Amino acid sequence: MRLDRHPILPIEREEPFRFTFEGQELDAYPGETIAAALVAYGIRTFGYHPKDGSPQGIYCANGQCAQCLVIADGKPVKACMTLVQPGMRVEAAAGLPELPRVAAPPRMKEVERIRVPVLVIGGGPAGMSAAIELGARGIRTLLIDDKHRLGGKLVLQTHRFFGAQDAVYAGTRGIDIATRLDREVRAQSSVEVWLSSTALAVYSDHAVGILRTGREYVLVAPEVLLVACGAREKSLLFKGNTLPGVYGAGAFQTLVNRDLVRAAEKLFIVGGGNVGLIAGYHAIQAEIEVVGLVEALPECGGYKVHRDKLARLGVPIWTSHTILSANGKEGVESVTIAQVDERFRPIPGTEKTFPCDTVLVAVGLDPVDEFYRKAQEFGMQAFAAGDAAEIAEASAAIFSGKIAGRRIAQALGQPDVEIPPEWERMAKILKSKPGQRGAPPPPPGGDVFPVLHCHEEIPCNPCASVCPQRLIRIDPDDIRRRPQYVPTGGKACLGCERCVVVCPGLAITLVDFRRDQDNPTVTVPFELGVAAVREGDRVTAVDASGERLAEVTVAGVRVIGKNDRTVLVKLSVPRRIATRVAGIRLRARPDAKALPQPVERLADDEILCRCERVTVGVVRALIRRGVRDMNEIKAITRAGMGACGGKTCGPLLWHLFREEGVPLDEVTSYVPRPLFMEVPLALFAGAEETRDA
Amino acid sequence: MGKGAFDVVVVGAGSVGTPAALALAEAGLDVLVLDRFPSVGQGSNKAAIGGIRATHSDPAKISLAKRTIEILAAWEAAHGQDIEWRSGGYVFVAYTPREERILKDLLVVQHAYGLGIEWLDAKALLEIVPDLNPRGLIGGTHSPGDGHCSPLLACHAFYDEARRRGASFRFGEQVTGIEVREGRVRAVRSNKGYYETQVVINAAGPWARAVGKLVGLDHPIVPDSHEAGVTEPVAHFLDPMVVDIRPAPGSSNCYFHQLASGQITFCITPDPPIVGEDCRETSAFLPMVARRMVDLMPRLASLRVRRTWRGLYPMTPDGSPLVGWAQEIEGYAMAIGMCGQGVMLGPGLGELLARMITGTLTSDDHEVLEVLSPHRSFVAHEALK
Repeated sequence: MRLDRHPILPIEREEPFRFTFEGQELDAYPGETIAAALVAYGIRTFGYHPKDGSPQGIYCANGQCAQCLVIADGKPVKACMTLVQPGMRVEAAAGLPELPRVAAPPRMKEVERIRVPVLVIGGGPAGMSAAIELGARGIRTLLIDDKHRLGGKLVLQTHRFFGAQDAVYAGTRGIDIATRLDREVRAQSSVEVWLSSTALAVYSDHAVGILRTGREYVLVAPEVLLVACGAREKSLLFKGNTLPGVYGAGAFQTLVNRDLVRAAEKLFIVGGGNVGLIAGYHAIQAEIEVVGLVEALPECGGYKVHRDKLARLGVPIWTSHTILSANGKEGVESVTIAQVDERFRPIPGTEKTFPCDTVLVAVGLDPVDEFYRKAQEFGMQAFAAGDAAEIAEASAAIFSGKIAGRRIAQALGQPDVEIPPEWERMAKILKSKPGQRGAPPPPPGGDVFPVLHCHEEIPCNPCASVCPQRLIRIDPDDIRRRPQYVPTGGKACLGCERCVVVCPGLAITLVDFRRDQDNPTVTVPFELGVAAVREGDRVTAVDASGERLAEVTVAGVRVIGKNDRTVLVKLSVPRRIATRVAGIRLRARPDAKALPQPVERLADDEILCRCERVTVGVVRALIRRGVRDMNEIKAITRAGMGACGGKTCGPLLWHLFREEGVPLDEVTSYVPRPLFMEVPLALFAGAEETRDA
Repeated sequence: MGKGAFDVVVVGAGSVGTPAALALAEAGLDVLVLDRFPSVGQGSNKAAIGGIRATHSDPAKISLAKRTIEILAAWEAAHGQDIEWRSGGYVFVAYTPREERILKDLLVVQHAYGLGIEWLDAKALLEIVPDLNPRGLIGGTHSPGDGHCSPLLACHAFYDEARRRGASFRFGEQVTGIEVREGRVRAVRSNKGYYETQVVINAAGPWARAVGKLVGLDHPIVPDSHEAGVTEPVAHFLDPMVVDIRPAPGSSNCYFHQLASGQITFCITPDPPIVGEDCRETSAFLPMVARRMVDLMPRLASLRVRRTWRGLYPMTPDGSPLVGWAQEIEGYAMAIGMCGQGVMLGPGLGELLARMITGTLTSDDHEVLEVLSPHRSFVAHEALK
C-alpha cells in the first residue's frame, strides 16, 4: 500500500501510469523505483537466487547488493535503483538473466577527466556542511551524491534533532535541516553539485571514478578529497536472515519515508539503539504496527527519550532478548525470540514467536570509509567527515563537516582560516554517548510550569534556547548536562508551550493549574497527526516510560503554525498524576501476543554471504579447520565475491571468528577492491546509457 | 619456530609450487612448502583469470600445457572436487590482414606439433561465437581442446590433495636464507624456522629474483602488472576464451571468457608494459579494456562490471619460463618466470619437477628442459605469448 497520509511528510503524487509485473497490470507514479512500486502492492519476492532458488527481495534499497534484481524490458536491473517507466514490463529474476543481444556497439567517446580543487563524496549532513564552509571561502568544490536530492539520511528523518540549537539546528526535523542545508549549498557559487552520481573507485593515480547522473563515467582528479559517505548497516546472523521482509533500518526508512509506501503491516525490530528506536517511531507514524523490539543488552543503547517515545505508544520492548529466527517460506511470517543469559546465549524454554511480516535489523552501523582508506593508501590529500569518520548522530556529522571544510581550506593554503576551539569542543560533545541517568527532581511549584521528563545526559539544548524567560537551564559549556527548570529572579513560567513543542525527545509537558486546581491541564506533544485526536476524546494517559496512569479526557488540541507538525494535546487530568503524565496512547496495546507454541525453524540456513548464498555452517567448519585468511574462505566458498563485495559478509565474518574464539590478530581481512557498485561496461567505454537511471 | 628435515623445500605456494608439492608428495618425497602470504595462492594465482591452452608455439610450453589440460580435465572425476574446468576452447580473432597473417603463420608451427587448432572464416567463427562484432571480421583460429578453470579452486584442490599425501605447508613464512655448504644446498631459513634439506625449488613467481639472491644468483625475472576484472553473472552465452591481438592505445592483447558462474572475466596486456610490483588499481584500465570489449562483442555493453584487480607477470627476457637445476649450486632448482602462464603450465611443470628431482626424466622431459634452460641465451622471442 502507498501512504495516503502522513503526520509529518507531505504526500504529492502526479498522475499514475501502468506497468506490468509478471504480466499483471499495476499502477505506478512518476519518480517511483520499481522496488517501491512493487512493495506498494505487497509484492516482496522479486526473484529467486540462481544458486539455491531462495526467494529474493529488497535488502539494502541502496544499489549496493543485487538482491532486488528484476528483469525490466528484457534487461536485468536493480529494482531499488531503477525508476519504473510507463508500460515497462517487469519480470521476476529466476536463474541467471539472459544478456540482451545487441546489433552494434554504442557510440563511444573518450572518458572525460576533470580537475577540481575539492571533491566531496556524499551530500549528507557532513558533506553539505563542508561544502558550505568551502563555498563561503570561494573554493571551487564538486559535491556528488548518489541520490536524486541532497540530504543523505536527513531526508528520511521526520523527527526533530538533538544537539545545540544555535550550532546544528537542534529542534528542527531532519527533513527540514536537509532543505536548509541544501539551500545554503546552492547559494555557494563555487560549489557544483552532481546528483544521482556515485563514486565507484579511488585510483592510485589519484583520480576518482564517478558514475555521473547514472549515465556517464567520468574521472575526477581533486587536489583534496573529502569522504563523507556516511555509514552502512551491520547485518546479523540468524536463521532466515535473508528472507524477503528482513531488512535494515535504512532500507525500511527509504521505502516508508522517501518512497511513501507502507512496507510492512506488522513490524518487528531487532536492536534498541537510536536507529532501531527511531525506525520504530517512523513506522508508527506511517501507521505500521510495531509488534515488538528486542535488545540483547539489559537496557536499550539508544537515547532513553527515544525508547520512551516507543514505549508510550505501547510497543513491547524485550531487553535481554535476541532473535532466534525469522520464519516463513516466501517471506517473513513470524519471528522467534528468546531471552539471553549474561553471555548473550539464548536460554532454552524462553522462546516466543510473534506473527509479523517484516523484521528490521538495526544492530549498529559501520563507517563507509573505503574511499578514505584507499586515498590514504595512495597518498592523496584526503579527509573524512561524519559517519564515514566516526559513527555518531547527524548533529555531530554537521559539525564534523564544518570542521573538515575549514581544514581543507587550510590545506589549500587559504590564509586566516581558523577552526574555533569551541567547534572542536562542540563536535566532541555531539559525538558523546548517553551519559548518567538521574532521578526526576521534585515537581516545581507554581500555577504553571514545565515538567522535564528528561533524566539522561544527552547532548541537547533546544528547551533552554527557546524559553523566553530563560528559566530552563543547561550548562552552556556542556549541553550534555540535564535540563533544569529554575524559576528565579522573580520570573515565572508564562505557559507559552515553546519548550513542549521543540523538545526532540517529546519529553516536556506543561502542567497548568490556572483554570482548575483539582484537574489541571497537562499539555503533551503529539506527532501522529492532527486528525488522530479530537477534543472530548477519552485517551490513556501514560507516564514517561509508558506505564498507564489513567483514562483522561482531551480538553483541547492546538496546532501551531501551518508548517509545524507537532500537535499539542491538552489533557484534563487529576492533580495527583499531573506531573507524571508524559504522553497519551490512543489504542490499547497492539495485539502482540505470542503464538501458543514457538516456531522453530529447522533448516540451518543462517546466511553469511547473501550474495553468494554461503551458509554460516560451511564457513564455521573452515574456521574450525584452521583457516584464518578471509581470502582463503572467499576462494573456497565464494563468500565476498558477490555484488556487494564483502560489504555485508565482511563484518559478519569478523563476528564469526570472534564467536569461534579466534584471536583476531591471527585473521587476515578481505582485500578491498573496486568497484563500489556494479556498472555496465559500455559506460566505462565512454558510451552514454540510461539503464540504471 | 618451525624446524625439521625435508627431502625438498619449495619456496612459494602458488600456481607452480602447489601442484609441484603434490607431484613431489606423490613421488614419495617429504616436501615442505613455504609461503610469505597467509594462505595458499595469495600471490599471483588469485589474480589469474584461468585460461588454459596448449596452443602455444614453443614445444616446451605445448608439452607442459597439454599435460596440465589432462590433469585439470580429469580432476573432478578423480578427486570429486569441482575446479570449474570448462573445455570451451580458445578463439583468436582476425579483423585485419595483420592478425590473419600472424595467426595463419602460427598454425603451421602448431599443426607441426599436432595441436588441434584450425582456421575458420568469419561465417564459421560466428557460429562458434555468435556475438562477435561481424563488421570487418575476417576469421580466426579455434582450438576446441583448450579451456579454462578456476585458478583459486584448482590451486586449493592441489593444496588439499598435496596435504593428504603428506606435504607440509607453512604460511606467513618469508624465506630469509638458503644455506649452501661445499657447493650444495643444506638448509632453508625463514623468519620463523630452520629446515634442513638437500633440495630447494624456487617457485616464488614475481619474487623469484629475491630468492635467487639468497644463493648469490641473479635470475633475470622482472615483474610487470596486468589488470583484470569480472562482471556480474548472466546466463551462459560464450564457450571459448576470446582473444583479440589487435594493438590499441595502451594495450596489445585483450581477452575474456565466461566463467562457470556465468560471470565474464577479462584482461588486457598493457603496451608498453607496466614494469614493477605495483598492484594498486589504476584509472586507465577500465576505459581501455571496456572500449575494446564492447567493440569486439557489442552484446557485452550492458553487462555490469563487478570488480577489478591487478596481478603480476614474472617476465623473462624472451617470454619463456626458466626451469632446471642451477649449475653453480647443487640442489637449487628453478621453476620461475612463468610470464603470466603459471596456472596453465604449473600442473604439468609440477610433475616434470618431481621427475627431475627423483631422477626419472623422460626423453621428452629433456627436450622441454633444454628449451626452458635457465642457462640459455635469450635471443628468440615467442611469436604469441
